[in-house]
Amino acid sequence: MATIRIPTPLRPYINGQSDLDIAGETVGQVLENLVHQYPALRTHIFNDNGELRPFVNLFLGEDNINDLQGISTPLREGDRILLIPSIAGG
Amino acid sequence: MLPTLSHEEILRYSRHLLIPEVGLEGQRKLKAASILVIGTGGLGSPVSLYLAAAGVGHIGLVDYDVVDESNLQRQVIHGTAAIGELKVESARRRMLDLNPGIEVEVYNEPFTSQNAMRIAADYDVIIDGTDNFPTRYLSNDVCVLLGKPNVYGSIFRFEGQASVFDARRGPCYRCLFPEPPPPGMVPSCAEGGVLGVLPGTIGTIQATEALKLILGIGESLIGRLLLYNALDMTFDFVNLKKNPKCKICSAEPEITELIDYEAFCGVPGHDHDEGSAGKEWDITASELAERLKNGIPLRLIDVREPHELEISRIPGAQLIPLGQLAGRLSELDSAEDIVLFCKAGTRSARALEVLLSAGFRKVKNLKGGINAWAREVDPSLPIY
Repeated sequence: MATIRIPTPLRPYINGQSDLDIAGETVGQVLENLVHQYPALRTHIFNDNGELRPFVNLFLGEDNINDLQGISTPLREGDRILLIPSIAGG
Repeated sequence: MLPTLSHEEILRYSRHLLIPEVGLEGQRKLKAASILVIGTGGLGSPVSLYLAAAGVGHIGLVDYDVVDESNLQRQVIHGTAAIGELKVESARRRMLDLNPGIEVEVYNEPFTSQNAMRIAADYDVIIDGTDNFPTRYLSNDVCVLLGKPNVYGSIFRFEGQASVFDARRGPCYRCLFPEPPPPGMVPSCAEGGVLGVLPGTIGTIQATEALKLILGIGESLIGRLLLYNALDMTFDFVNLKKNPKCKICSAEPEITELIDYEAFCGVPGHDHDEGSAGKEWDITASELAERLKNGIPLRLIDVREPHELEISRIPGAQLIPLGQLAGRLSELDSAEDIVLFCKAGTRSARALEVLLSAGFRKVKNLKGGINAWAREVDPSLPIY
């Protein structure tokens, strides 16, 4: 179980919520469970081949999962995942 | 050799001179410094005002736009009297009023691969206050190639990001975002809106970081990304590392000169919400009005969000927000003539692509959206 924080641009796809508690023992499992619960999110996180989109960054605590074990990164109870999108406004 | 300060300058900057971390030497560093601000909009406004007030001796402003009434909710460097005026001229006037002792150089041109290296070359620090992906990648690449720090800030609705990208000492923008999002996947402020005070928060953070870089004090945002959410009132920091495979700042870069950034991002290098789906698929407001007057049957679909109906609406239109369209195709009949519209034509152009890829052919995009309808057909409607 981890808490995943969804950024403003994607909140319309999760009924306007900000933080979601999602089951899973790895980052990848949490993401799978997330898009299973909220199918409209899928295309925003994964490409057609089921890979993470390169403009979506996931941080476990303060660290990019790419600097850990990617989507295989194991989770501990109460871990916090941040989903960081590209935004360009100015 | 740092420039000296006059008695007037000593008085003006006395609150800086009292801080040991700035002091007389720091203020002289600021006077000697040059900072380029790309974009004189939401972020560029507070950045430019505070850099001018702080006594940064040479400030460059790049923008080619004119002040529009819809800018003034957040672009606080411009005033109502400046509507229609070049943004760089309006900003320069305000900055020199605030501090006549500085120099403001203006570049009334888009920041492009052709002029970016030339413009940026003379500046110590570059501040990215642009409003679109192509110019963000361009600013980053210019800074990496010239070996300059890029003070990054970006905003959307209630959410802001800030960092300092300096490839000599840490990651660059491409390390974090190797590729831009597909066109249309991330809405811009012109489409999605932005809380007016948000660029104030992020812009002042950018100005702070730029001043710290010049002064050589404190812990900069190099290697860290700040995430601010005004709605939740949260500040989160995450660590950024250099990507060993980064296409521009790694040991063996693929990119060694500026590229075509609009082609790379698939979107134009500005955030003007004026959507067209291409000549073949557009219908003008006047043409649509003519068809409706002549009683030609057609299905009018409004792809905006429900709260936008309170601002303006076209009678007889059915609301299907863009985000729901793909899931509600069964409500539409491909044998009918369909006209899609939104605020200004950007979202409806995207909606048109959704319908085309689902096999619809008798479908048109209202060019310029309901705002064009308000201008050309029904002046009783407000433009937003």
